[in-house]
Amino acid sequence: MQLSEIWFLLIAILFVGFIFLEGFDFGVGMSTRLLAKNDLEKRILMNTIGPVWDANEVWLITAGGAMFAAFPHWYATLFSGYYLPFVFLLLALIVRGVAFEFRGKMESVRWKRIWDGAIFIGSALPPFLFGVLFTSLIRGLPIDADMNMHAGFFDIVNVYTVIGGLTFVALSYLHGLLFITMKTVGELRERAHNATRKTYLVTGVLLVLFIGMTAIETEAFTVHRGILLLVYAVGVLLFAALFFFLKKKKEGLSFTMTGLLLSLIMSSFFITLFPNVMISSIDPTYHMSIHEAASGEYSLRVMTIVAGTMIPIVMAYTIWSYYVFRKRLTGEKEHLEY
Amino acid sequence: MEEVLLARIQFASTTLFHFIFVPLSIGLALIIAIMQTMYVVKKEEIYMKMTKFWSVFFLINFAIGVVTGILQEFQFGMNWSQYSRFVGDVFGAPLAIEALLAFFLESTFIGIWIFGRDKLPKKLHLFSIWMVSIGTILSAFWILAANSFMQNPVGYTLQNGRAEMNDIIALLTNEKLWVAFPHTVFGSFATGAFFIVGVSAWYLLKKRDVDFFKRSMTVAMVVGLLSSFGLAFSGHSQAQYLMHAQPMKMAAAEALWEDSGDPAAWTLFAKIDVENRESHGRIDIPYLLSYLTYNKFSGKVEGMNTLEQKMIEQHGEGNYVPPVKTTFWSFRIMAATGGVLVGISLLGLFLIMRKKIKNSKWFLRILIPVIFFPFIGNSFGWIMSEIGRQPWVVNGLMKTADAVSPNVSAGQILFSLISFSTIYTILGIIMVVLFVKVIQRGPNEKIEEDVSATDPFEMGGVEHAVK
Repeated sequence: MQLSEIWFLLIAILFVGFIFLEGFDFGVGMSTRLLAKNDLEKRILMNTIGPVWDANEVWLITAGGAMFAAFPHWYATLFSGYYLPFVFLLLALIVRGVAFEFRGKMESVRWKRIWDGAIFIGSALPPFLFGVLFTSLIRGLPIDADMNMHAGFFDIVNVYTVIGGLTFVALSYLHGLLFITMKTVGELRERAHNATRKTYLVTGVLLVLFIGMTAIETEAFTVHRGILLLVYAVGVLLFAALFFFLKKKKEGLSFTMTGLLLSLIMSSFFITLFPNVMISSIDPTYHMSIHEAASGEYSLRVMTIVAGTMIPIVMAYTIWSYYVFRKRLTGEKEHLEY
Repeated sequence: MEEVLLARIQFASTTLFHFIFVPLSIGLALIIAIMQTMYVVKKEEIYMKMTKFWSVFFLINFAIGVVTGILQEFQFGMNWSQYSRFVGDVFGAPLAIEALLAFFLESTFIGIWIFGRDKLPKKLHLFSIWMVSIGTILSAFWILAANSFMQNPVGYTLQNGRAEMNDIIALLTNEKLWVAFPHTVFGSFATGAFFIVGVSAWYLLKKRDVDFFKRSMTVAMVVGLLSSFGLAFSGHSQAQYLMHAQPMKMAAAEALWEDSGDPAAWTLFAKIDVENRESHGRIDIPYLLSYLTYNKFSGKVEGMNTLEQKMIEQHGEGNYVPPVKTTFWSFRIMAATGGVLVGISLLGLFLIMRKKIKNSKWFLRILIPVIFFPFIGNSFGWIMSEIGRQPWVVNGLMKTADAVSPNVSAGQILFSLISFSTIYTILGIIMVVLFVKVIQRGPNEKIEEDVSATDPFEMGGVEHAVK
């Protein structure tokens, strides 16, 4: 395995980590509107992700930085090509990030309502945009001989990519609901359990549409048939197991299932792209390969050493932070920050 | 080209806005960590109260710093794709390392610190705020490592039509990095320090919580004094460094068109005529420029005309003179704010030691507007640094005009520029409003009264399971 391929894998892992972790943050963010009935419940929900959401978002920032460093051409083509989606993504992440901090700082109903809206939009829009982004990425985009992407509206937004976006939204919401069942008590927990049932059905329909349309709209199954069939078969099994776990109210296991499903879908995007990082819809010779997009050997070697040393340390204190905040929130005894 | 202009306006405005919050975060994190350390060592409750009160500002500020920072990382690829392709190999590495080394550290530990107050042993809780502080400083180091490459490219080779890294040690021992890093970090410490000093002064004038704010001011004033001296010394070494590494930037900062005489005089003020390449009405301080450049009272300095001729020989026809007026005045404004901070902190500490501070009303009144001085200094320092490098984006290697994304239209950039400016303006206003509110409320009221938890009407819908 070449260094550039190791970095392709690392970036895939960073995006998987991001969607697994920030996925439930997004879901919890959506639930502040869809599940909570009063201000206290909203605050309890926000506080379940309070200690971790900021660090979870760093997975995305690290993925972006790693792309810049390891695959400058990929980073340049992707970020300039998806100009407007990224503007909306940034706006969403900006208002969401400050909303948690601002919301509780004034005792005005209108003030809180504004930031509640920001949290909902800021939590629903990013998973949707990521779904759109990755599905259109594997569908192929008009990339020219100079590696520049000139995408029209329908290259990025079409039935398939919207289905992809909605799939991510639904799965994130389900993932977030299950996080809530693990972190709360009483009625809130019960209501989250009830909400998972409906969401499960909607997610199921979307997943079927998503996989079906992937087969039609992309060349994923012609290029990587064996491994993708395996990935999706595992996905179907997980989804079936999830039904069983939901019924038995196995909260931890259910949460693991939705996390793995999100991870599998994210992985399937990177598997489909391999050995390219971008697929050109103009001409297959314009596909941008891992090799073409990558930085030089020296740079990759340096970063491999840094990543090899740092990632275990980061993982260690991340796990420790989840351990510190392992208890359920009741909304009665503990201090609520937000 | 319209796109270049718009992309530059967006980069300048979003970066300057981001750089209001970053130095304040770095400075406040350090001072809060110091206060909490005093609490753990001295075991006096008032230091915990100080930690809590100042952390309200810190957290509001930190949140805006984080979200505006995401945009910074994305912006290189979105607006400057040609630049990203050209330098990603060298420039991207410190950014990726920054995320791994600094962002994870500060964001994880800030969560642990905020939410872990009642859950962690005292010392572990203290440890977490130090990790946050170290994270913010590390972040400054890596971003400056990247920026220093733009100012003084080292540790690379030109290959495959781009700059590729061939020596990470050279990148990390870049002389520019080691003059810019201390200068920026001292500037940040000063920002946090004079913020606390100024806010404390307001309370002392109002005679509210006198003991609390006298102590806060003392801690901050010591940090302020040390950092403003640090600023002055590191600023001097930075200027000397620039004289030989980026002479054009310094010549512009001096509005020096022709070569200077020997010894060279330093210009305090001048009326700059860019069209005719002249500066009139100079007020000169003899010998000073020689001294600033060479640490001795002789030696001449090359002017912009000579330097441009050299660049034309090296890089071909073109305009290699940066915007002189901006560079010249930014430098003076920055240096002046630094000078004021040194004087204020010396006098302030003197008054504190003589126990006269709370009765020196005139001085306390001065301290309030001084809050803004470090911000002004930080901003103009950056303006000088980045404008003085023009027309280059990577000094001597790539011009700014060649760096923009060829596939992004002016309309798209205009749209993002308007969107981001609008949201940033709103954030800026909210920050000021919240800061004022927190200041008015003071340290003695509970930070947040849990209204809903005690309101039986609000509680109506919830039935808590007893377990």
